[in-house]
Amino acid sequence: MSFADIIHYAFLQRALLAGTLIAILCSVLGVFLVLRRLSLIGDGLSHVTFGSVALALLLRFQSVYTSLAAIPCVLIAAIGILKIADKARIYGDAAIGIVSSLGIAVGILLASLAGGFNVDLFSYLFGNILSISRAELVVTACLFMVVLLSVAFFYNELFAITFDEELAVTCGVRVERINAVLVLLTALTVVLAMKVVGIMLISALLILPAVSALQLARGFKTAILLSACLGVASVIGGIFLSFFMDLPTGATIIIINFLLFATCFILRTTRK
Amino acid sequence: MPMNSISIEGLSFDYHGNEVLRDITCDIRQGDYVGIVGPNGSGKSTLIRCILGLNRVEHGTITLFGVPQPAFTSWDRIGFLPQGLQLFNPNFPATVEEVVRLGRLSKKRFPRRFDASDSEAVERAMDLMGISSLGKRLIGELSGGLRQRVLLARALVNDPEVLILDEPTTALDPETRDSFYATVRDLNVNRGTTILLITHDSSTIGLYASKLLYLDKRIIFFGTFEEFCHSSNMTEVFGHHGQHLICRRH
Repeated sequence: MSFADIIHYAFLQRALLAGTLIAILCSVLGVFLVLRRLSLIGDGLSHVTFGSVALALLLRFQSVYTSLAAIPCVLIAAIGILKIADKARIYGDAAIGIVSSLGIAVGILLASLAGGFNVDLFSYLFGNILSISRAELVVTACLFMVVLLSVAFFYNELFAITFDEELAVTCGVRVERINAVLVLLTALTVVLAMKVVGIMLISALLILPAVSALQLARGFKTAILLSACLGVASVIGGIFLSFFMDLPTGATIIIINFLLFATCFILRTTRK
Repeated sequence: MPMNSISIEGLSFDYHGNEVLRDITCDIRQGDYVGIVGPNGSGKSTLIRCILGLNRVEHGTITLFGVPQPAFTSWDRIGFLPQGLQLFNPNFPATVEEVVRLGRLSKKRFPRRFDASDSEAVERAMDLMGISSLGKRLIGELSGGLRQRVLLARALVNDPEVLILDEPTTALDPETRDSFYATVRDLNVNRGTTILLITHDSSTIGLYASKLLYLDKRIIFFGTFEEFCHSSNMTEVFGHHGQHLICRRH
């Protein structure tokens, strides 16, 4: 079977399109998250996604509604992380830890009530981009537009709080509000990304393209563009490679990402 | 008489019950060059943070250009140069130009887009600080002195009426420090920019500032250097030697 043959498969076209959109979102937001030392927020929110997916499966929702049902839960969890960190006077990583473990605990309880882990739950845990439906692709495209336009609108404020929060305040930026925007956009992206790489590997898709780009970028916009390119390359490469070699797609994408990171790291060290 | 740029009335502040500032009242007038000195923990930086809205004031009032601080929005009228960036990451991928341009955000309303006038302002500020050739360099690649120049260019990019400097020369060598202070002095004399300069070095502040605010949780002294140096009250507080240390280079 040649490359030209497989590209005509509708399921593969949907997977490539959805994967590209989600890779762009993860890679762009990843740059802000990594530089703000919020890398693990994706991990925390993905665990909440696990809880909400378990609930949706318990209630026997259809696949497309499972993702949609996860959105409010993850948005609430995202706000919860900010509120806990603020009101309980603890660091963000501890707040992420609290919400993350709660999400996992709820997920395990609900999965147990539903009679244990089944195939559907495993597909969310480890991703199954090749099974993405037309309806899911439409949802992905809509949320892609919402997240990307929001990043474009708030780009300068996001850059300001990422560079230095206190300097941002002295420029009249409402830091709490922009932080909330960043975390909510991340929450939406996490819900979308679970279909691509699975709940277990979402944080890698947020972190790896960004840290790879940061090895080489010479400017903030360059870092974002490079991160997006690396993210898209890893997802497209991962989809094809996993298809040809009959490998799990999510894991293949992450391995490619790691190889890209290693390459960027070597390039940076040799450039010096 | 020049207008007040900053008015502080009855300001008290504490961190979790520990008193840091007590009943601070003073007016900073347009064109003043005020050196804020005092021992470690005397509340110098806290005072600046309260003025800038980085600490929420619960007792007392601060007025900026006649507007109560909580309602103040014209942040382009105030430039701020911090002692150092909070948790600065030397690998942060921002160019010098991008950092200086950030200062223009305070002039913008949502959706805060930059245009050609911002690029011109950035160029002017970089020219003024002698860093025009560094525009595409990453800020993390620069020495401490050059990085401070970049941050000063950022603070000056809106031609602010007030410039607040928090121990700006800690990381600089003596030559760069003198050149830095000459630039600030020039802004004060030729542009009428009001300067608030925090320094722990009370023995050199007289070289630069025209007024002295000596703080030790409360105001010990606020006035001109002439008043300070001829005040018998201050001789009682600081002793002849202490007063001489502050006055000798004025």
